[in-house]
Amino acid sequence: MKKLAIIPAYNEEKVINSVINEIFTFDESIDILIVNDASTDRTGEAAAESGHATVINLPCNLGIGGAVQTGFKYAAKYGYDIAFQYDGDGQHVAEEISKLMLPLERHEAEVVIGSRFCQKHNGYRSTLARRIGIKIFKIVNSLLVRQWICDNTSGFRAYNKRAIHFLAKNYPGDYPEPEAIILLGRNGFRMVEVFTRMRERTEGDSSITAFRAMYYMVKVLLAIFMCALRPRLEEE
Amino acid sequence: MTGFTVNSDRVQWIGILFSIAYIAVLLVLIHRKKIKEEYSLLWLFSGVVFLIISIWSQVLFFFSFLIGIAYPPAALFLIMILAVISILIHYSMVISKMSDQIKILVQEQGLLRMELDRLRMGSDYSEKTGKSLKEKKRPAAG
Repeated sequence: MKKLAIIPAYNEEKVINSVINEIFTFDESIDILIVNDASTDRTGEAAAESGHATVINLPCNLGIGGAVQTGFKYAAKYGYDIAFQYDGDGQHVAEEISKLMLPLERHEAEVVIGSRFCQKHNGYRSTLARRIGIKIFKIVNSLLVRQWICDNTSGFRAYNKRAIHFLAKNYPGDYPEPEAIILLGRNGFRMVEVFTRMRERTEGDSSITAFRAMYYMVKVLLAIFMCALRPRLEEE
Repeated sequence: MTGFTVNSDRVQWIGILFSIAYIAVLLVLIHRKKIKEEYSLLWLFSGVVFLIISIWSQVLFFFSFLIGIAYPPAALFLIMILAVISILIHYSMVISKMSDQIKILVQEQGLLRMELDRLRMGSDYSEKTGKSLKEKKRPAAG
């Protein structure tokens, strides 16, 4: 089983090394791909210096969706069986990867979402506005894919080969996580959500700032409804 | 001179001249390859519409009668606004398509450069013995 951790990184030079080392220490058999989304700091160099990661330096900033999709393209091209999506800011915990892997290995699901909210008292806090936004996505997405997804904004996910190849071709642009769930759900991928611990953010800001929160909500909801209205996409 | 009277002949001639000048400017720009043909069609079309309206103002009167506009020049504004809106929507489509294409190009370029670097690392490593170029322990895929 070839496994790849896809880590999109934008200006994470301080933490990228510890992220790489954490995954490397957890499981050496997981290949690590850093997609440096045209960072203005030394993220790319720092990741390369670790010696444990393949680094793709994008020539201009694509946003998280475009960066992650680059990882899917890489995974598809080099025949990986499992791909993990893992944040470059250090908020994900490498040990939790095994929880994501289990449903894929048992063929119970094709997409596994690492969720912060499936249990209470998980040590994860977030702002009120963010929680409201997450709640709205939860209701809308659950209605549209007829499956209860608690954490639509989680960027901690695992995909099997079929999902990798599908996403290499179709992946939303900015703020892709909630939209990707609709896309996968509407195209018949079996999804499952597992509870994973996450850390408070150590370095860097969330990709969602207060100013952009409204834009984010409207844009993503529009994208979600449009996605739901489109017919299923053709696969090869 | 006690006052100005509206000369509808004059406004018609000015309209015709402006429409012709407008179409001519567009054609010159296309000729000099400053505008691609496919992006000029909507502009040209609107120019032709303005020219027709200037020559036969009855067209405008008839149009305003049809849709119930009492003051025909208001219909002219409506036509102009519709033309501009349709051109702008067309531009949004073009921009969306381009940003998709750019995204694919950037991703491909990133992948190719990484593969090129990897190849170079493999072939140059033996030559650059003096340099402390750390060979990757695990090239992620091969």
